[in-house]
Amino acid sequence: MRFIPVTCEERVEMLARVGARSVDELFSDIPEDARLARPLNLPEPMTEIALAAHLESLAGRNLDGGRVVSFLGAGIYDHYVPAIVDAVVSKPAFFTAYTPYQPEVSQGTLQAVYEFQSMICQLTGMEVSNASMYDGATAFAEAALMAARVTKRDKVVVSGAVHPEWRETLATYVESGTLEVVEVPATGGVTDTAAVAAVLDGRTAAVLVSSPTFYGTLEDLEAIGGIAHDAGALFVVATDPVLLGVLEPPAAYGADIVVGEGQALGNAASYGGPGLGLFACRKEHIRQMPGRVAGKTVDVDGRTGFVLTFSTREQHIRREKATSNICSNHALNALAAGVYLAAVGAEGLAGIGEACIAKAHYLEAALVATGRFKRAFDAPFAREFALRWTGDVEEMQRRLLERGFLAGVDLGRFAAADDGLVLFAVTERHTREVLDRFVEEVSAL
Amino acid sequence: MYPKELKYDREHEWVRMDGDVATIGISDFAQDQLGEVVYVDLPSVGDVVATGESFGEVESVKSVSELFSPVSGEIVEVNSELDDAPELVNNDSYGDGWMIKVKVDNLSEVDALMDADGYEAYLAEEA
Repeated sequence: MRFIPVTCEERVEMLARVGARSVDELFSDIPEDARLARPLNLPEPMTEIALAAHLESLAGRNLDGGRVVSFLGAGIYDHYVPAIVDAVVSKPAFFTAYTPYQPEVSQGTLQAVYEFQSMICQLTGMEVSNASMYDGATAFAEAALMAARVTKRDKVVVSGAVHPEWRETLATYVESGTLEVVEVPATGGVTDTAAVAAVLDGRTAAVLVSSPTFYGTLEDLEAIGGIAHDAGALFVVATDPVLLGVLEPPAAYGADIVVGEGQALGNAASYGGPGLGLFACRKEHIRQMPGRVAGKTVDVDGRTGFVLTFSTREQHIRREKATSNICSNHALNALAAGVYLAAVGAEGLAGIGEACIAKAHYLEAALVATGRFKRAFDAPFAREFALRWTGDVEEMQRRLLERGFLAGVDLGRFAAADDGLVLFAVTERHTREVLDRFVEEVSAL
Repeated sequence: MYPKELKYDREHEWVRMDGDVATIGISDFAQDQLGEVVYVDLPSVGDVVATGESFGEVESVKSVSELFSPVSGEIVEVNSELDDAPELVNNDSYGDGWMIKVKVDNLSEVDALMDADGYEAYLAEEA
C-alpha cells in the first residue's frame, strides 16, 4: 500500500500529458476570485518520530478507564473486553473488508454475521435479528418506522424514560415524514402506564419503551405490552444485552421488536462511537425489518453456505421504497459482539450480569447511607441508578475527579426537571475495594 | 406466451374478465424478467384499488417490484396459495399464479387495455 497518492515526478508527467506547464495553469479556467491565493493553513510536515510524540501527547490529555475509576454509563458501558475479541477482530480478512457487495464470496464475514444474529435471537428470545444497525439510537428510531409500516398507522407513543438522545434521534427521523411521535412523561423514573393508555388510539402503531430505562430502572413490561397490544399497536422494547443472561428476554413480555445498544458486548467505550445497533423482531414482520440478514443454506452439492438476504429491500436497490435509509451494517462491531458472547458463554454472561447488579445495589445502598445522596426513585433497578445529590453536582464531580473518580452522569444536562440527579453505572470491573474507596471519598466531601 | 383471451397493461399485468370480476396476475414476460419469485405481498379482501396504483409487491431473489392495478374496484379475493408457494408466479403465471380478483367499477377501463397482439407489439417496441 502506497500512502503518497501522487509523486512530484507523476505530477510533472501528468501535466505534460495534458499540455499544462503548472497546476496553476491547469486551473486557469476557474475565475481568479474563486481561487485560493495563499497556501493552505497547515502546520509544517513532521518526521514520523515527532508525529508519534505529538499524537501521544494529545492522547495523554484524555482520561480513560485505565487512569480513573469511571461510573459513567447512560448507554455506553466500561466492561472488560477479553483479549480474544481484539485478536479475532484484528484479522485483516475481517478488519480491512468493506461491506460485501458480492456477499457470497465473503463466506467468513457472512458466517460471523449469521452467528451474531443467532446469539442476538437467543438473548432476546426473538425469531429474527438483522445484521446490525449503526447504534442503539438508530435501531430505536428504525423500530418506530417499521411499526408504522407493519400496522399501516401513523403515530407512535414513546416513553419519556427512554434515553433523551434516542428520543432526539427519533424526532430527527420523523421531522419531514408523516409519523407523529407522542411522548409520555416518566414518573418516578419509569413509564406512566396510565398516561400511555390515555393516549393510545386506532392510529397508534407502537408503544416504545426501554428496560432498563435511561434512569436504570426496570419497567413493568408485561403491563405496558398488554396495553399496547389491546390497542392493536406493536410493542417495542429497548434492552441492555449484558443483562439478558439474568433478566427475562423481552420476548417473554410480548415484545414485537427488540432493539438495543450492543457496545457493551466486547466493544470499547469510546467517545463518539462506534456503536452497535441491535435489532430483532418476530418472523412474520421480517419483510418490513430494516437492514439485511445473513442466512444459512446449502448449495447444489448439499454443502453448507451463507447468503445475504433482504438486501433487495435496502436503499441501494429500492431507493425511496427501501425499508430503511441505513444501507449497511456495523459488521466489525457485530463480530466483536459475537466473539465476546462466544468467549464468555451463557454462564459467563449471566455471571457478568449478576456481578453488575449485585455491585450496583451494594454501591447504591452505601451511597445513600452516607447521607449525602438521597434515593431518587422507588422502582427496582439493575446495574445503573439515579441518586439526588444534596449539594452542587458540578462541584461534587470536580472534587471527586481530583481524587480519581468520574462520579456518574449529571442528569441535569439532559432535562431541567432532572437537576440534581446523578446517574451511576456499575460493571464487573468495579471491585469491592474500589467501591468502598469511592464511598469513603463521598463521605469525606 | 400471451393468451389471446387476456388483456394486458403497460406495467405487465394481465386481466381475465368473468362478468364484472377481473382476475389479475403478471405476464410471462414479467415473471421471466423478475427471476425466481420468493414472496408476494397482496392486499386484503375489501380493500379498494385504483387504476395505476400499487396493490402489492412481488419479491424475487434479485429485486422487489411494485404491482400496479390495471383497473379500479374492490378486492373480492386474493390468492393465498402464493404465501406458501410464490413459485406459482413463475411456473403458471396465467393460471395458479394469479394474484387478485377485483370487482371492476368501470368496464370501459378493461376495453382500453391492450390485447395480446397489442401487448406483444408493445414488448417489441420496449425491447
